[in-house]
Amino acid sequence: MPSFSHFLHTFFSSKNLFIDAALLTLKLTVVSILIGILFGLFFALLKISRIKVLEYISNAYVFLVRGTPLIVQIFILYFGFSGIFLIPDFWAAALALAFHNGAYIAEIFRGTIQSIDKGQMEAARSLGMTRGLAMRRIILPQAFKRALPPLGNQFIIGLKDSSLAAFISMNELFNVSTTLGSNNFDEMTYLLIVAVYYLVLVAVLTMLVSLFEKRLAVSDQ
Amino acid sequence: MKAREMIKIENLQKSYGSLHVLKDINMTVYESEVVCLVGASGSGKSTLLRCLNFLEKRQGGRISIRGEEINPEANNINNIRQTVGMVFQHFNLFPHKTVLENVIEAPVMVKKIPKDQAIAEAKELLQKVGLLDKANVYPSKLSGGQKQRVAIARSLAMKPDIMLFDEPTSALDPQLVGEVLATMKELADEGMTMVVVTHEMGFAREVADWIVLMDDGKIIERNRPYEFFDHPKEQHTKEFLQATMLK
Repeated sequence: MPSFSHFLHTFFSSKNLFIDAALLTLKLTVVSILIGILFGLFFALLKISRIKVLEYISNAYVFLVRGTPLIVQIFILYFGFSGIFLIPDFWAAALALAFHNGAYIAEIFRGTIQSIDKGQMEAARSLGMTRGLAMRRIILPQAFKRALPPLGNQFIIGLKDSSLAAFISMNELFNVSTTLGSNNFDEMTYLLIVAVYYLVLVAVLTMLVSLFEKRLAVSDQ
Repeated sequence: MKAREMIKIENLQKSYGSLHVLKDINMTVYESEVVCLVGASGSGKSTLLRCLNFLEKRQGGRISIRGEEINPEANNINNIRQTVGMVFQHFNLFPHKTVLENVIEAPVMVKKIPKDQAIAEAKELLQKVGLLDKANVYPSKLSGGQKQRVAIARSLAMKPDIMLFDEPTSALDPQLVGEVLATMKELADEGMTMVVVTHEMGFAREVADWIVLMDDGKIIERNRPYEFFDHPKEQHTKEFLQATMLK
């Protein structure tokens, strides 16, 4: 184990490289979660569409993503995409992560949409709203609010999972730490440093999510 | 002048799987009439009411609204629902919207009424149900009786010709029942056509033009209130009244 003073010294001397990497990690996470939310919403709506074919498509998507390791998905998308057309590394990684997160988010949305009392849909329909309008104006806002805690959780998982993008040579946090560690023959110090960065990012995210939850909770008070 | 037929039900059949819930129902409701549907739980009265708003699919028979036969597959069901308001046992207010937002939601989003006008009309309705001071609070802050009055205002905002009430006071604390019934009575006095599923025999006796007793998916007796309560035709009605009054 490195001494504490060595750790601190290395921490500060490497901070520029790590901050760049942390920003890339954050960008990768935010982009992949946002696209993942779109994927998730889309497949959740397919799943509750009451149209068998669409339901099967959604089930197949969730089955494929849940049934295979993320690293395999990243490699398939990265090498698969780059074989067909040129795609920047960042977007290959972001899309792979989005595709992965989307499946879990789809399940979150499906669960929360179905947890909304069916009287809400009936009341909306009885006022002359179409199913689509009722979904958009009445069901989804409530479902989204209920989805926030599990979504925040998925956000944190997504942040940590983004470390796997290191394997397709993204210079995100984990990659920078292992590269610096092996270049300086000091793996443990850099691994401890990167752990601190992840902890800080997760702490900030957790705070943001709970702030957001509180703001949305106005109608419950 | 002959009163208009607002609702005409002919040979209505409804089943859930093998369970036959409505067995050949025939009933007509004329303009400005108040019809109270009474009967034991499971007698089919709520299902009948929900068929009138097409929240339940029927398996047979015809339903006409204002003289026009409605085929839920072919007609634009959303237009018909705008003329038939519905109030639910559990209020079903939209919890993420304030009282005022609950009331203007459908006029603005469905009828495309300008928001200013919708707000002005909503405030009038809230005044009418005595809740104008609650316009900007969320439903979670209201008592059950207040929630139900907001739900009534929300339905009225679509300017329906017919109002359906599905056990509107059954989920309320006893001391809150009166305020909701008073609002409904006021509505009836203004000439609204109403079909009310209820266990409130006092209300039925005072406000209804007709009382319809249902049992086992069939209409047992349809009668004027004073006849129904004081000189029931059917043995079953007598038994029902006896059981109800004993409670």
